[in-house]
Amino acid sequence: MSTPVVEVNNLTKEFTVKSTRGLRVIRRTVHAVSDVSLTIPEGKTVGLVGESGSGKTTVGRCILRLIEPTAGSVKFKGTELLGMEQNDLRKLRRSMQIVFQDPYASLDPKMTVGASIAEPLEIQRVSGNHQDRVAELLELVGLAPDHARRFPHEFSGGQRQRVGVARALALNPSFIVLDEPVSALDVSIQAGVVNLLQDLQEQLGLSYLFIAHDLSVVRHISDTVAVMYLGKIVEVGPAEDLYMASGHPYTKALLSAVPQADPVTERGRPRIMLQGEVPSPINPPSGCRFRTRCPIAKEICAVEEPELKERGQGHPVACHFADTVALEMPNPAAV
Amino acid sequence: MTDATLSIRDLRVTFKTLLGPVQAVRGVSLDVHPGEVLGVVGESGSGKSVSFLSVMGLLGKNAIIEGSAKVGDVELVGANQKAMRRVRGSDVAMIFQDPLSALNPVHRVGSQVAEMILAHQRGMSKDAAAKRAVELLDLVGIPQPEQRARQYAHEFSGGMRQRVMIAMAIANNPKVLIADEPTTALDVTVQAQILEVIDRIRKEMGTAVVLITHDLGVVARMADRVQVMYAGRVVERADVHNIFHGSRHPYTRGLLGSQPTLGNERLTPIPGAPPNMLQPPSGCAFRARCVHAAPECAGDLPELVQVGLTESACVRAHELEALV
Amino acid sequence: MTEFAGISQTTASQQMQHLGVPSDPTGDASIGILKTSMSPKRMALKRFVNHRAALISTIVLVCIIIFVALAPLTARYGVNESIFKAEANRPNQNLAPFDLAWFGTDGNGRDLYSRIIYGAQVSLLIGLFTAIGSVMLGTLVGGIAGYKGGWLDDILMRVTDIFLALPLLVVLVIVRGMLKNVSWVTTIMGEASSVRFLVILLTIIGWMGVARLIRGQVKQLKEREFVEAARALGATSKRIMFRHLLPNSVGQIMVALTFAVVGAIAAEATLSFFGYGPDAGSGMTSLGLLIRDSKKAVPPGYWWLVVFPGVFFIILSLCINFIGDGLRDAVDPKMQQELK
Repeated sequence: MSTPVVEVNNLTKEFTVKSTRGLRVIRRTVHAVSDVSLTIPEGKTVGLVGESGSGKTTVGRCILRLIEPTAGSVKFKGTELLGMEQNDLRKLRRSMQIVFQDPYASLDPKMTVGASIAEPLEIQRVSGNHQDRVAELLELVGLAPDHARRFPHEFSGGQRQRVGVARALALNPSFIVLDEPVSALDVSIQAGVVNLLQDLQEQLGLSYLFIAHDLSVVRHISDTVAVMYLGKIVEVGPAEDLYMASGHPYTKALLSAVPQADPVTERGRPRIMLQGEVPSPINPPSGCRFRTRCPIAKEICAVEEPELKERGQGHPVACHFADTVALEMPNPAAV
Repeated sequence: MTDATLSIRDLRVTFKTLLGPVQAVRGVSLDVHPGEVLGVVGESGSGKSVSFLSVMGLLGKNAIIEGSAKVGDVELVGANQKAMRRVRGSDVAMIFQDPLSALNPVHRVGSQVAEMILAHQRGMSKDAAAKRAVELLDLVGIPQPEQRARQYAHEFSGGMRQRVMIAMAIANNPKVLIADEPTTALDVTVQAQILEVIDRIRKEMGTAVVLITHDLGVVARMADRVQVMYAGRVVERADVHNIFHGSRHPYTRGLLGSQPTLGNERLTPIPGAPPNMLQPPSGCAFRARCVHAAPECAGDLPELVQVGLTESACVRAHELEALV
Repeated sequence: MTEFAGISQTTASQQMQHLGVPSDPTGDASIGILKTSMSPKRMALKRFVNHRAALISTIVLVCIIIFVALAPLTARYGVNESIFKAEANRPNQNLAPFDLAWFGTDGNGRDLYSRIIYGAQVSLLIGLFTAIGSVMLGTLVGGIAGYKGGWLDDILMRVTDIFLALPLLVVLVIVRGMLKNVSWVTTIMGEASSVRFLVILLTIIGWMGVARLIRGQVKQLKEREFVEAARALGATSKRIMFRHLLPNSVGQIMVALTFAVVGAIAAEATLSFFGYGPDAGSGMTSLGLLIRDSKKAVPPGYWWLVVFPGVFFIILSLCINFIGDGLRDAVDPKMQQELK
């Protein structure tokens, strides 16, 4: 087995928030990401799902060191990234790229689309004819080469997102972080971009970290899926396993909450309603962070934090009662 | 068939912009009945939000609105400010996608709900309104309503703020509640809670609900009837089951086909993108992207016609059954 | 030969031809692209032109500038020239407007019309150079503060605050008084009563508003995703500042420039009124000096000496102000959303 493209171990990110009360300055810590480990094999897609406060976006940015992690290790093809000098990191940036969520904000409105796509070539001083390469990339993502001289505002959201993908591909990266790449798009357009991403993966051997909150899309594109809650991974495993036989109460609740596009199935299936909302990452609950909303929480959950490990489901789950979850909670997946 | 609570006929909305007139809504007619949920589905540029914003009089001065929109006997299109204010909040209420911008950050939440009540029920005393505000907060599922009523908007999370907005909207028992993408900005678990609240309220209070969304799953869960909009027109309308299983319009089918569901090897997008409403195409606006397009599609604007169990604006709808 | 040869990718129109949809040769109609390409600059220009007051003001200002720039041609007399030699029975002082002197003459028999043109030259020059200087200084300070943040930001902003706290006129007078006697200062800045001195002085006093503005703008832009994208591509801070932040701030800078010109002209007028203007002798004058001279013309009732310079000053200031308003509307990012 070859080295995984990306290997993350015990990644932690804590933000300090300052606020004043009278004359005193109060410092609080936001535990955005706590002890997260995952592996992205070459040519595969790892999906990272979670709601707000889960830390999934922060994980993506930490891997690329767009945000500096507080602790842990991130290895790209075996090379440790944390602690690397800025100049060396800049060279590595050729191989690791990111596509952002908002197609309206991720392109400089004053630059033509062609200029935006050519920018990585300029920054990294790639030799050869940039214009040709830009034309090539535009065709690769399904746009016409003469669109290079137009400005971002002249395109639709789906097209801008394709431009973003073209830009990310300019340097021939091997790994791309896709941060909610289709969430801001209409559903019928999402399908086209998702297809494009899959095609590119097959043809170029790319590895993806697909961060999203839309479970259906994640399931479709991912090989492995990790579910995050309040900075921790609560379950990780092959996509189908997670959807058909999840072992964590949160995963089940999440699946139950996603409305299915079929009235018969949607109204017929059992509903798991969570109470309350996600607690603040400044003060995460003791023990298992999910216990405040968990329908099957018991006393031990407040005392002891469940480890993310194999508990008989075939993939790691972080719940003390993983083996009984299937009995106590109905399976919300649509069949 | 009971009388419609909200009746819209041939609504047209055009925006005057720097680049010319943009035809956002091009002839929409619909009825909403008491106690029913009408799901309005569409993507960007479909005109789904603009239609209802125009009815509520919430569009800017550069919007030209024609047609008719009646709540009961009151005509809303072209109504003056005074008439609008009387109807808004009491007969028709609207909730939006972003609750934070709808709530005033410098006033306590309870007093904002009370203000809503007092605006339309002049006779009530301030104390009575305050009490009713707390009851409403309880009705929408906010725990410890007396304490929370005294808090400010920023002390509430996204889902809670949306509940407050719903409380404000139903404060005067409106006949119609228009919900414009009420859960799009919320986490999916919170979305489930909010949809539950809306469902419960409409059952308890008999309110007609217009649920505008782009999410077919939400519609599948909540709607009794569904209306699909594209490029400023209604392209299909039917009972929720008939829309999902038995659609007779290529756009609706395209939408349904592009959902990632079980067993898709490859997703089927709808190629192309919605037309530019500055220069809307002639005939059926969907024909440039439609697999079944034929020469007759470029003729007049297609009207909604009953075909089987749905109303479809596709001139080839009769043939579609066979075409699958 | 590239790595991508041999991979067939279909554009939207090709996809549709596949499915049998009647073809659209450019593929543009189906993807909703307008026929003509419009850069953000063109759009801003369009918005500016729509602002009626700004448009009229631009036309008026351009006329004024052309007139003033072609001074020896457009003026009828020299700036210090008496309109005709005073003779015993034909005095030339303080004459009301007539055919030889359209705006009348002043106490020295000089044609007011010509003096206004020459005076406008000086005022506009002062305005322009001060504006350029203070906007450059302000952009530098504000840009660095906004981009770097942290303690540097704090220090720079506190310095800005200190400058802002000083009362303009008092400081101008005091600093002027202090500096004019210091020898090395006069070599750099010129004599205290020279235009150069005035421009530098006004620049030192006038950069703070721009600094605050640009700092806010840069702070906002810094958080935008396209900047993050550039960083992810490995862009250096220098590149981000010059390639992304600056072009997106140009609009605001132009607006600041416009209002700085008006501010400088007004500041010069104020200083001149109190006797601290650019009075290099040889009859040279500025709009502010003309207004100051008009003080003496009030009691005897020589209305032309008061009205013409005053009205001209007002028109000039209004025009530049309206242009600034038009520019601000044109570059306002809120307005750029309406095309979505």
